[in-house]
Amino acid sequence: MSTTVKRRTVFSFLGPSVAALVIVGIIPLGYALWRSFYDFNLTRLARTKFVGFDNYLEVLTNDAFWGAMGRTALLFFVSVPIQLVIGLTIALVLHRPGMTLLKTFTRLALVLPMATTYAVVGLLAQVMMNQKYGVINQILGWIGIEPINFIGDPTNAFIGVVFWDIWQWTPFVALVLLAGLSTVPPEIEEAATLETKSHWTILRYVQLPFLIPSLVAVLILRTADTLKLFDMPFTMTRGGPGNATEFIAVLIERIGNRQFDIGLASAHSIIMLIVTIILARLYIHLFYKEIR
Amino acid sequence: MARPVSYQDRNRWGELIVLVLICLFCIFPFYWMVTTSLKTQVVALQDPPVWLFTPTLQNYIHVLFEEKVGVSLINSLIVAVCTTGLAVGLGCPAAYALARFEFRGKTDLWFWFITNRFVSPVVLAFPVFIIAREIGLRDTHLALILMYLTFTLPIVIWICTDQFRAIPYDLDEAALLEGASQWRIFRSICLPLAMPGVAVSAILSFIFSWNELLFAYILAPRDAKTAPAMAVTFMEGYDVPYGNIMATSTLIVIPVLIFALLASKHLVRGLTMGAVK
Repeated sequence: MSTTVKRRTVFSFLGPSVAALVIVGIIPLGYALWRSFYDFNLTRLARTKFVGFDNYLEVLTNDAFWGAMGRTALLFFVSVPIQLVIGLTIALVLHRPGMTLLKTFTRLALVLPMATTYAVVGLLAQVMMNQKYGVINQILGWIGIEPINFIGDPTNAFIGVVFWDIWQWTPFVALVLLAGLSTVPPEIEEAATLETKSHWTILRYVQLPFLIPSLVAVLILRTADTLKLFDMPFTMTRGGPGNATEFIAVLIERIGNRQFDIGLASAHSIIMLIVTIILARLYIHLFYKEIR
Repeated sequence: MARPVSYQDRNRWGELIVLVLICLFCIFPFYWMVTTSLKTQVVALQDPPVWLFTPTLQNYIHVLFEEKVGVSLINSLIVAVCTTGLAVGLGCPAAYALARFEFRGKTDLWFWFITNRFVSPVVLAFPVFIIAREIGLRDTHLALILMYLTFTLPIVIWICTDQFRAIPYDLDEAALLEGASQWRIFRSICLPLAMPGVAVSAILSFIFSWNELLFAYILAPRDAKTAPAMAVTFMEGYDVPYGNIMATSTLIVIPVLIFALLASKHLVRGLTMGAVK
């Protein structure tokens, strides 16, 4: 239900929000777009000059950018499938009737990782994954695995990031899929359990169709959040050792904040922004039909 | 609800073990964080790690009174509360307009609001860093409060639009016949009824602002430094003070966990911007 009102009234309700988001969201982007065409480094401001598309060329021909994009993609393709499998398992277990109290408690426990300050997750990783003093290596030792140098070795550091990404976001995936499962009409589920004893058949033919929206939401949001991922790898390893955990957002931070090359960082940002807008459009197109 | 027996009785023990493992997996890092925060540096650096020890509060006393963690927590609180207040103040009328009015460009406006949810802070951080330096807002609470609107305002607008849509339209019509203005209907009728949604959006805004690191790290290096940015600086240097880091982490995490549990039913909706209800 909507009503047509005077333009002035609409403006008085929406104007302040629009103004605020233009100031904090659009003006900085405009500035980044402008600076992305300049050689603009904070350590040599006097030599700032217009360079056209040079920064973009440098981004697209630079190993650092493609390396970071590759690592970001690798993280996504390693950790998201694991999150989906474990998350779906958790959701299916929680969806079954019975053990209400324990299940309520589990749902609350699942809320904790995804609300945890991302920077603190990186600190936890530092403390718990230390080669000598880390409890994770102690626990691995109980099952006969030699201590692993999670922070200092490139491959292991990447595995460490994957582990904590799984720890933090599997609960999110589980709760989203659980919400999806609750949209399956109980009558249909019950009818199916009379037909077959196979959980797999029920999942594939009865529950999966209802899970599609949740799965799509998870995939798009995890893509956007993996592209954004900064806090946890930054506090855990600063992108190192070498550049083993330098994901795209960590790379841009290094170029802007540690190399002071704002022009180049801006070019990276604009490219990121284009990817982001495509993702957002896709998400909105799929989920917000009712607004039209 | 009656369910077929076969669906209920199988694998009860397996189910129990899975549930307990999930809980342990989620909670254990917090257990380790809190216990490490109660260890002295000597105990924290024992190889292998010890599980039983005499707890001490010296890490908390140290970080709160000798390091600037206390100040940074207050900075975090100021920034999170102000940006939440601002986002709710600006977002509620906007949400009301999106839910109730018909006007040109509404769809585009909605798209643009929601798109902000997807923009990485690193895209905005450097331009804002330069602009803030030019206009003298560097290292101020205000710079952070404004930048946090980029993610708090879309959350408030989405959740509240949904909430306003759920309010029956008859009330508005009755009030319109009485000659009430739209602002009056918004303030006196719809806003009080939408309070649950407003509260949820405020809690989520607070959580996201409190957790933010990138803007804080780049825009507020000293005076306005927030707690997550402060915790990061502990990691620099050789002798990493584990107890202090975990004490700081515990202080940072406890408020968000309380809020997250309060809003647990709505957290998923907030994180998916309502795609999953």
